[in-house]
Parts: sequence; C-alpha cells; structure tokens
Amino acid sequence: MGRVVVDVMPKPEILDPQGKAVAGALPRLGFGQFASVRQGKRFELEVDGPVTDEILAAARAAGEQVLSNPVIEDVVAVYEDVEQGAAL
Amino acid sequence: MTRVGVVTFPGTLDDRDAARAVRLAGAEPVSLWHADADLHGVDAVVLPGGFSYGDYLRAGAISRFAPVMGEIVEAAGKGLPVLGICNGFQVLTEAHLLPGSMIKNDHLHFVCREQVLSVENADTAWTRDYSAGQHITVPLKNQDGQYVADEATLDELEGEGRVVFRYVGWNPNGSRRNIAGISNAAGNVVGLMPHPEHAVEAGFGPDGADGPRTGTDGLGFFTSVLHSLVG
Repeated sequence: MGRVVVDVMPKPEILDPQGKAVAGALPRLGFGQFASVRQGKRFELEVDGPVTDEILAAARAAGEQVLSNPVIEDVVAVYEDVEQGAAL
Repeated sequence: MTRVGVVTFPGTLDDRDAARAVRLAGAEPVSLWHADADLHGVDAVVLPGGFSYGDYLRAGAISRFAPVMGEIVEAAGKGLPVLGICNGFQVLTEAHLLPGSMIKNDHLHFVCREQVLSVENADTAWTRDYSAGQHITVPLKNQDGQYVADEATLDELEGEGRVVFRYVGWNPNGSRRNIAGISNAAGNVVGLMPHPEHAVEAGFGPDGADGPRTGTDGLGFFTSVLHSLVG
C-alpha cells in the first residue's frame, strides 16, 4: 500500500482569515515569535499498490480539479509519503 | 403553469422557503433531488441555501458533482434561468457557471441581518421586475460570504454589467467591490449571497415601510423569472 500527500494552500494574494485568527491567538499563548500564519489543507490519498508516476500524476490532477479551487487556492506539493506508506 | 425546480442536496436548508416563494409568485414549485439526473421538464431552477455536504472540502464543492448538476449546467448553457442563493451561489461558482469564489467572512463571524442591496442590473432573468438602482432589503446569513475574484475578472464583470447586486451601507463580509451578486454573460444565471426567498410574505420578512416584518422585497426575483419565461 502507498500513500500520496497533496498539500493545498490559499493563494498568496488571497487574505486568509483563518490564518489571521490563528496568528492573533499565538501571542496570547506565549508564541510571540511568529509574524504571520497561513492555514492550508493536507490530503492523504491511499492506493492499494505502489505509488507510481501515474498515481502521482492522477493525484496532482485530482488536486487541481477537485481538492483545490484554482480561484482561491494552489496545489503546492504532491508527493509520496514514504514512511507512512510503508507502515500501512 | 410555469414550473420552477428547487434542488435539495444533503444539507440544504432553505428549499422549502424557496418553494414557497415560487408558489407565492404564481408558479408551481417542483422538488428536484440531487441524485436524480433529471430536471423533470422545469422552466427554471433555484439552488437554495444551506450547508450542502456540511461545506466539506469547500462550500458547494461536493454538490457540484451531484448528478442533477450535470443536467443544470447543460440546460443553463442553453438559456435555462438558474438562481443560486447563498450556498446555491457557492455551488454555481464551483460548477464554473459563475466566476470567482467565496471565502470566509473577513471578520470571521457568522453574520445574520437584514441587508440593503442595490439592484445594479435589472435586465437579468431574475431581476427584470426591479429597476436599476433600486434599493431592496432582504435577510443575509452566512459564514463563507466573502466574494473574491482576480482584478481582471472583477473588471470584466463590471464592464459587462454583470455585477447584479451590491451591498449598501455596510459590506457584511469583505466582498470585493461590495459585490453581493453576479450573473453570467447571458443573464440567465444569477447568484447572490443574501436570501430573497426569506422576504416574500408579510408577517415573515424583514421590517418594511408598513411595519415590522412586512418586507417582501425578495418576491421580485420570482415574479421576474415568471415574466422572463412568458415573455
């Protein structure tokens, strides 16, 4: 079994209200060192067989067509989760 | 009698109010089920508000792939009047029938209020019973209501008169250029965040000129589409 990770982030030019709220909360808990926060999404896609180039291409296509909305988000990374995949 | 379909997805909340608005306007509401790829011969379609699929992934993102949506996208391309309200507007943007998208309100809070809108375009299938520049008051209630699109898209919408409604007095969610609703190029597909279907019957609407809860400014959406269909 293998696992592919797809990371989706709000586009840089889009204000991220959730990230802003988190950034506002961090100093209250003593984490004053972080200037800003942006919050994205991580998808873990599992396959029965090994993660091939075709599987990675399909994961990227799914990321761009379904998992993200290109108006407001970017697919920033698509990669095999080697450690987690082997442990499954 | 003119038949107007009202779609129900899992998590839709305002389908019954939308159907009631259709009936009060003088048309026959027809329930359309998300999993049924059949429009049952309706003359127009309303995608009502709510939280379809719990807003999972993104608001409207999963509903877009419902069997009924394939039929709606195809019919909309041929001129079928389609109105998306709130979550329905989000479904229309995810289905690429309307440009742009909605993100979380800039102030991060759910907002529920009576909202004044200006009718910027009174030539669409859903606004022809209003006059351009008219102010109407309808309820607004959303969490992900901030309309965003890139500057080129916004300029194109403005240039083509496709900004159909703007917020007046207060921008309740940080929407670009105070945009509350837009249309496609042909004017048969309209989407907006506020809820006209909750302002169609005295006693249950926003406060109006005649007293508390007398406002029926939203009824014009539904009479407009009737008049569009009968010419």
